[in-house]
Amino acid sequence: MKFGVIVFPGSNCDIDCCHAVKDVLGREVEYVWHDAEELDDFDCIILPGGFSYGDYLRCGAVARFSRIMEAVRAHAAGGKPVIGICNGFQILTEAGLLPGALVRNKNLKFICDTVPLRVEANDTPFTGLYEKGEIINIPIAHGEGNYVVDEATLKKMKEKGQIIFTYVDNPNGSMENIAGVCNEEKNVLGMMPHPERACEEILGNTDGRRLFESIISALEGRLKDE
Amino acid sequence: MNKPYEAVGLTEKEYEKIIEYLGREPNETELSMYGVMWSEHCSYKHSRALFRHFPTSGKRVLQGPGENAGIIDIGDNLALVMKIESHNHPSAIEPYQGAATGVGGIIRDIFAMGARPVALLNSLRFGDIEKSERVKYLIDGVVAGIAGYGNCMGIPTAAGETYFNSCYDGNPLVNAMCVGIIEHDKIHRGNASGVGNSVMYVGAATGRDGMGGASFASVELTGESEEKKSAVQVGDPFMEKLLMEACLELLVTGSIVGLQDLGAAGLTSACCETAARGEGGMEIDVLKVPRREKGMLPVEVMISESQERMLLIVEKGREDEVKKTVEKWGLHAVTIGRVTDKGRLTVKEGDKTVADVPAYSLDSSGAPEYYREYEEPAYYQELKKFRPETAEEPKDYNKTMMELLTSPNLCSKEWIYKQYDHMVRTCTVVKPGSDAAVLRIRGSKKGIALTVDCNSRYCFLDPRAGSAIAVTEAARNLVCSGARPLAVTDGLNFGSPEKPDRFWQFREAVIGIGEACRELNTPVISGNVSFYNETATQAIYPTPVIGMAGLIEDIDKCCTMHFKDEGDIVILLGKTENELGGSEYLCRIHGIEKGAVPRLNFGLEKKLQAFILSAVNKGFLKSAHDVSDGGLAIALAECCMEKELGIKAELKSQLRTDAVLFSESQSRFVVSCSYETLAELRQFMAKLEIPYEILGRVTGDEFRLDINNKNIVALKVREMKEAWRGAFKCLMT
Amino acid sequence: MKARVYVTLRKSIADPQGNAIKNALGKLGYTNVEEVRIGKLIELDLGDITGDEADRQLVKMCEGLLANTVIEEFEYEIDQR
Repeated sequence: MKFGVIVFPGSNCDIDCCHAVKDVLGREVEYVWHDAEELDDFDCIILPGGFSYGDYLRCGAVARFSRIMEAVRAHAAGGKPVIGICNGFQILTEAGLLPGALVRNKNLKFICDTVPLRVEANDTPFTGLYEKGEIINIPIAHGEGNYVVDEATLKKMKEKGQIIFTYVDNPNGSMENIAGVCNEEKNVLGMMPHPERACEEILGNTDGRRLFESIISALEGRLKDE
Repeated sequence: MNKPYEAVGLTEKEYEKIIEYLGREPNETELSMYGVMWSEHCSYKHSRALFRHFPTSGKRVLQGPGENAGIIDIGDNLALVMKIESHNHPSAIEPYQGAATGVGGIIRDIFAMGARPVALLNSLRFGDIEKSERVKYLIDGVVAGIAGYGNCMGIPTAAGETYFNSCYDGNPLVNAMCVGIIEHDKIHRGNASGVGNSVMYVGAATGRDGMGGASFASVELTGESEEKKSAVQVGDPFMEKLLMEACLELLVTGSIVGLQDLGAAGLTSACCETAARGEGGMEIDVLKVPRREKGMLPVEVMISESQERMLLIVEKGREDEVKKTVEKWGLHAVTIGRVTDKGRLTVKEGDKTVADVPAYSLDSSGAPEYYREYEEPAYYQELKKFRPETAEEPKDYNKTMMELLTSPNLCSKEWIYKQYDHMVRTCTVVKPGSDAAVLRIRGSKKGIALTVDCNSRYCFLDPRAGSAIAVTEAARNLVCSGARPLAVTDGLNFGSPEKPDRFWQFREAVIGIGEACRELNTPVISGNVSFYNETATQAIYPTPVIGMAGLIEDIDKCCTMHFKDEGDIVILLGKTENELGGSEYLCRIHGIEKGAVPRLNFGLEKKLQAFILSAVNKGFLKSAHDVSDGGLAIALAECCMEKELGIKAELKSQLRTDAVLFSESQSRFVVSCSYETLAELRQFMAKLEIPYEILGRVTGDEFRLDINNKNIVALKVREMKEAWRGAFKCLMT
Repeated sequence: MKARVYVTLRKSIADPQGNAIKNALGKLGYTNVEEVRIGKLIELDLGDITGDEADRQLVKMCEGLLANTVIEEFEYEIDQR
C-alpha cells in the first residue's frame, strides 16, 4: 500500500509524515505537489501540518483552492482514508470535508506541548488499534486549534460518533475538548495533535505510531479481502 | 550646515579615504553606499582589530568568520553551519517584527551556505520585569515574533536563555542563532566568480524598508529614533519558506555559483561582498530590481533592507533553468546584472552609471580600521572589593529557596518556549528545559547538542573572567548532554565603543573569549557585534552571548539533567568555594550586584569536562547537570523538577550556609548514577583524580538538604515545581 | 458613544499578508486586483462622554495601544447616536 503526502506552499510537517510512514513503518510514501491533479496511485492521503500560504487570511483558507483538493475530495468520496493533521485539519474544515472550524487558541498564543488525549472511538480506520477510552500522549503545536461547531452539527456528530479524540486537559479552548473529528463515513479524519511526532523511542514517545499502524492494518486487511 | 558625509554617519577622515579610493569626490549614491557599508554593523571598524584574539582555525573548521556563517566538520561527509546575530534596536522599537525579522535574517545566512536549517536558538535580555509594563510588552512581542517566524518556517526553536536586569530597561537584547546541516560537497559560498555569469535577484520586492538600517543599528537610541521609523521591516516567513526551499532545490542542480542573502545594507552589501570574495567585479542595473514602491531612487534601491531577498550568481546560460525552479515555488528570479573582470562594483540606472567604485573598498577589507582608546573604569576595582559575607545570612532557607526558584531569572521559562514549535522536523531528542538542546541527524547515529549562554553580571563585574566563564559554561552544558564541544559563534552586545570605559569592557571580553576558546579547543567560526546598546542615562552590562555546538557520536547515549529514579546516588563533582560575588543569590535576596566573580581554573575544568564526557559515553551516569546561576541548591532543585523526584542530601562544609547552597564556584557538576554503578564510577573518579562528594540519594517527593547533620532545607517537590513553573506566567500578568 | 477604529499598515510598510491574499485572488481569476491591504477593525463602546472627549481619548488609545505608529496608521469614526 502507498501513502501520499500533499505538499502545499508552506507545509512543513510533510517531511515528518514521510519519515514516520517510510522509515518507521516501512511503507511506501510519496510527496504530492499541490498542483497535481491525480491521486489514483495512493491508498491513503495525508494533509500535513505547517502554514500553507502562510495561513495569512485564515488557516487553510487559501490551500483549499489548490488543484489537488479536487482529487482529495474524489479520494474521500471513494471511501479511501484521508487524514489531515494540524494545518491539514484546518484545510479539511475550510474545504468542507469535515464539519466545524478552528479558531485562535483561548490564550491567544501558539502552544507547543505534549498533551494527553482520550481515544473516543476506535471504529475508524485510524484508531482501530487503540482501545476506546484509552489515554495517549501526543504533541500539539498550533496557534489556532480551538475547535468550534454549531450546536445542531455537534449533536449530530455525537450521534454518529464523529468525535474521535478529546483533550484530557483542554489546552486551547476547544468546544467539548475536541482534538480530532471525522466525517460521517469515518474515512476522513482531522486532528490538531501530531501523531507523526510520536512514533519513535528516541523522541521519547511512541503513542502516535498505532494511528499509522491502524491505517495500515485496516487497508492491508481490506486489500487482502479483495 | 551639515557636511554631506555626516548625514551618512561618516567622518571627515573617512570621506578623504573615499576620495583616495575613487580619485574623485563620490556622488550622493556612492557616499550613501559607503555610509552603510562603513557603519560598525557592516564593517566592524571598531572591533575588527581585536578579533585577532580569537582562535578561528582548527582541523574541523571548514569555514571561519567572514562568510554568511561558519562551518565545522562533524565527520561522515557532514558539517554543521552556524551563526548568531543581534536584532536589538529593531526589537526595541517594534518587538514582534524586530524579533521576527532577526530570525528571518539568521535563517537566510544559513541556507545561503547551502545548508538546510535544522534548529533555532535565542538569547534574550530584558529590563526589570517586576517594575515595568513596557518590559512585559516587549517580552510578549519578541517571543511572539520569534515564534511567528520560526514556527512558520518549520525550524524548531530548540533552546534559549532569557534574563532580566534593569540595565536592559532601555535596551532589550534579541540575539537569534541558527544551525544548519550540510554535506561537504554541497557547501556554497557567497562568491561572484566566472566573468559573464549572471547576477539574479529572487524573493520579495524592494521597498523603502529599513532605509539605512545598518547605520541605524549603530547609533544610540534617542527620541529621534522615532523619526527613523522606516527602519522597521515587516517579516514574511511564508515568502522566506518558499525562498529557502527554492534555493536549496537550486543548489542541487549545480547552476548556482554563489549565493548571498540581502541583509544589512541590502544590495550594496550583497554585491560588493560577493564581488570582493570572488575574483572580479559586478555590474548591476537598478531598473531591473523588482520594486514594491514607485519613484524609488537608485540609492534607495541599493541600501534598502527589505526582507526575504537573495542574490544568486548563476552560471551563464542556465538562467532559464533557475527561473523555472524558482517559479515552481511561486517566486520570480530576474537577472539584474553580471559578473565582470574589472574589480569594480558598477551600478547603472538603465544606460546611466550611478555608482562605480572598487568592490573591495566598500567591503570590510577596504573599510577603515580603528584602535579605539580604552580605559579601565573606576567601578571595576571598587566593586571587586565587596565582601559577600557582610550580607546578612537568611534565617529561613526554605523561604530563600522559594524566593530564588520563583525569581525572574531562575524560574521556568516554559511560558516562553511553549510558544516555540520545538518538535517540528521530529529530530529534537532533548527539548528545551535541559542544559542543551539535542538533535539527531537523520540517517546517522550522530547527534548535535546546542546551547547559548552568558552571565552578563559576571561580564560587568569582570569582563575578561565573565566572558571566559560564558564560554566554559556553554561547554559544560554540552558535555552534560554527552557532546564534545566543537565551535563557537559569538553575539557581542556592548555599549558605545566610542567611550573608553565601554571599549575596555569590549576589549577585555574579547580577550577572555579568545583565551577560553583556545583552552577548550572551540574556535570562533562566526559572530556578530552590536554596539551602542545604551541610552543617555544607561549602558547595558557587557553581554557577549556564546552560542556553542557539540557533537554526540552515539545519539542513544545522550544524557539529560533530570534525575531518573528513586534510590539513585547523587554526586557533586568539583569543589564549592566561598564565591558568592556576583551571584544570583546576592542579587535577588540582598539586592547586591558586587563582588569578585568566581575563579576559573582551566586545568580542573578540562579534566572534569573530559571525565563527564567519558562517563556519559560509558553509560555510568543517569543524569548530569552543571552548577551555575543560583549555585548547588538551585542546580539540585532543577534536577528534581521534570520527574518530580526528590533528594535527601547530607553535605559537609566549613563554609557559611548561604555559601554552601548558593556559591557559584565554577567547574562543578551534579550527576546521578544507579547504586549498582557507584563502585565502578568511584574507581573511575579516583583514577582520574576527580574531586567529588557523594551528596545523597534521589527520593520520592521531598527536597531535603542537611548541612553538617543539621536540616537546612525541607520542601515538597510538587510545591517547588508548581511555584517554579507558574512564576513566569504570574510575572507576565 | 460608539466608535470604530481602523488600524492598517502604513503605506510604505510591506504587507506580506495582503500580498499573499492578492496572489490567491489572482489564482482564482481575479487578476484585476492590484493591491490588497490587511488591517484591523476595532469596535469600542466609549460610554457616556462628549464628542470632544471621545476624539481626545481615541487618539491617545490609538497612539498608546491600538496601533504601533512605527508601522501602523489609524483612522476612526465616531457614531454620534
